[in-house]
Amino acid sequence: MKRTLLTAALTAGFLATAQVQAQKGTLTIESWRNDDLKTWNNILIPAFEKLHPDIKVTFSPSAPTDYNALLQTKLKGGSAGDIIACRPFDNSLELYKAKYLASLNDLAGLKNFSTVAKTAWSTDDGKTTFCVPTAAVIHGFLYNKGIFAELGLSVPKTEAQFLDTLKKIKANGKYAPLVIGTKDQWESATMGFQNIGPTLWGAEKGRIGLIAGTAQYNKGGFLAAFQALARWQPYLVGGYQALAYPDSQNYFGQGRGAIYPAGSWDIATFRGMNPKLELGAFQPYTFPGKKCTISDHPDIGFGLNAASPNKEAARVFLDWLATDQFAQLYANELPGFFPLANVNYTLKDPVAQQFVSWRKDCDKTFRSSYQILSRNSNPNNENDLWNASAQVLSGSMTPQQAGDFVQKNLASWYAPQKGK
Amino acid sequence: MRKRFPTHIVVFLLPAAAIYTLFMIYPLFTSLWLSLNNAVNNGPEHFVGLANYLRLFQAPEFSGPLWNALWNNLKFFLIHMAVQNPVGLLLAVLLSRQLAGTAFYRTVIFTPTVLSVVIVGFAWRLILNPQWGLHTTLLGLPSTSLITVALISVWQNVGIPMMLFTAALIRIPNEYFEAARMDGASPWRVFWSIQLPLIFPTLGIVSVLTFVGNFNAFDIIFATQGALGGPNFSTDILGTFFYRTFMGYQLQLGDPYMGSTIAGVMLLIILAGVIAYLVGWQRRIQDLQY
Repeated sequence: MKRTLLTAALTAGFLATAQVQAQKGTLTIESWRNDDLKTWNNILIPAFEKLHPDIKVTFSPSAPTDYNALLQTKLKGGSAGDIIACRPFDNSLELYKAKYLASLNDLAGLKNFSTVAKTAWSTDDGKTTFCVPTAAVIHGFLYNKGIFAELGLSVPKTEAQFLDTLKKIKANGKYAPLVIGTKDQWESATMGFQNIGPTLWGAEKGRIGLIAGTAQYNKGGFLAAFQALARWQPYLVGGYQALAYPDSQNYFGQGRGAIYPAGSWDIATFRGMNPKLELGAFQPYTFPGKKCTISDHPDIGFGLNAASPNKEAARVFLDWLATDQFAQLYANELPGFFPLANVNYTLKDPVAQQFVSWRKDCDKTFRSSYQILSRNSNPNNENDLWNASAQVLSGSMTPQQAGDFVQKNLASWYAPQKGK
Repeated sequence: MRKRFPTHIVVFLLPAAAIYTLFMIYPLFTSLWLSLNNAVNNGPEHFVGLANYLRLFQAPEFSGPLWNALWNNLKFFLIHMAVQNPVGLLLAVLLSRQLAGTAFYRTVIFTPTVLSVVIVGFAWRLILNPQWGLHTTLLGLPSTSLITVALISVWQNVGIPMMLFTAALIRIPNEYFEAARMDGASPWRVFWSIQLPLIFPTLGIVSVLTFVGNFNAFDIIFATQGALGGPNFSTDILGTFFYRTFMGYQLQLGDPYMGSTIAGVMLLIILAGVIAYLVGWQRRIQDLQY
């Protein structure tokens, strides 16, 4: 009796340690890119595990809108994964300040990134970087080449041409002119306001003006952006108020819509959804007297959970993210995410190549609300832009009301904008 | 002879009381304690008394959404009271007559209650989707979204009042119905004069359960509209407002102190409702003897 008890106890003890070691060796990646699950599981993770057979990696994404809240909860509760996908700027800075993310200054691979690339994931003074910059996204418009050919349309370059094209598609009646829904709200801001807006507010000049207090959301270029967004209203796909992001992706992917206001990450989605779709792209249209500007937004980085039990393995993984091999794989398997590392890679997808080519001719900036301006919890500039843009698109707010609303909330807490 | 202290009662109650205290009472008090504290910019936590509550009701960035959420929640509750409970009662009365297929109907009507709310939310999102289902924008327009989500919730939960009323109706002895039939009463008269008065206590319980359930609601809105309570906060209720404030949303960071303040306010509202029920209704209803 005593012998069996002892044996049982010892076996249980061995199993327990074995279990703990198995857990110790597996890296878990937290991300909001649930669309990328197949790519990670089938291509990226096997490529890494071939180089490092002793490290197992799991990709464990959450839904995009829930990611930040979920991540906060997991970090507070100590159950977050080892590698954490970092949103750019303030969001991750707050995580670093709260000591959830570890400093990566000693990571060898970080020398492959320029200071500009690291800005989104470094402290204000630039001294500490806490996430490996992984990819940027560019905004523009995707269109269905088949529909354009069928209706005899050419690619619009100015706003007048754009609205004219939309009018022709709507008159034809077979296809939806502009496929974007307002139910999830973020597309209206991200692929609407932040897509055509930068041309109007003069790229970095406008964005930095907001931070300095010299530009306001309800004046000048920013107000013009709301007004330009309102001009989309008559051409939106039917039932757009109840279409969520996956619904509009499906709609365009099935070939029922002509133009899709896009972030470059959508290229990967449509390639996977409908490989036969004839995808084309054109850059954000210009306005009279304005130079073309694209939103070239550092979108995703990967950081290290400060409380991770697998720090050495995680650092090996993060180092791998700075290599040529990863950049080549990532850029081609997820066309539309453009690696930020100073490494060589070639893009195979023609539409992704088009997006990248706009960097040569156009001014660049990134989304206005991400640096410093979203540091306040409530009211939050990004959330306000979502609300305002969705209402402008659905016609329940005038552009001036939208600008006033966003500006009022920003001025209520942000010192340089107080009283403006 | 002095009665011995009934220690066996304490022993039998202890496990349940311990678990209830650990998982319900303790979190409740720590949450209330959290609402009385604040920490600025990841600094140390310090006691601030009722400052958070004052801020919740006075600062425009909090009081606006709070009153909006409260008003939406009230509408949500009234729709349930107007639709769910009367329909549940009607179904219970109809199914209390021995018709063919009663058991089948009861099962089918009760099944949505058993379904996960995520499935219900997702299924209705597809049905009410202009792309996949009926060509409606009911969930996307501020004027119709709250009513629509409330009706989805009614659809899911009508089984519970139905079952509670059925249980109460079964208790009514048959002699009353026989006597009424011999006196020539119509079914409607039977309902109004016999069935309804004898299930008054159940009516009260169902109402207070609806109240508590609706003011605690969160999951159906989250599943159909997301945590922002869109469009334009028209479906934002106390539960979703709390979730966004406590956990954060997108770039908005979570604030556990204001979050627990909102939770404290929710507790006060529900407590007020339940106390009103207990004092105003429960004590007045005589225990019915047959």
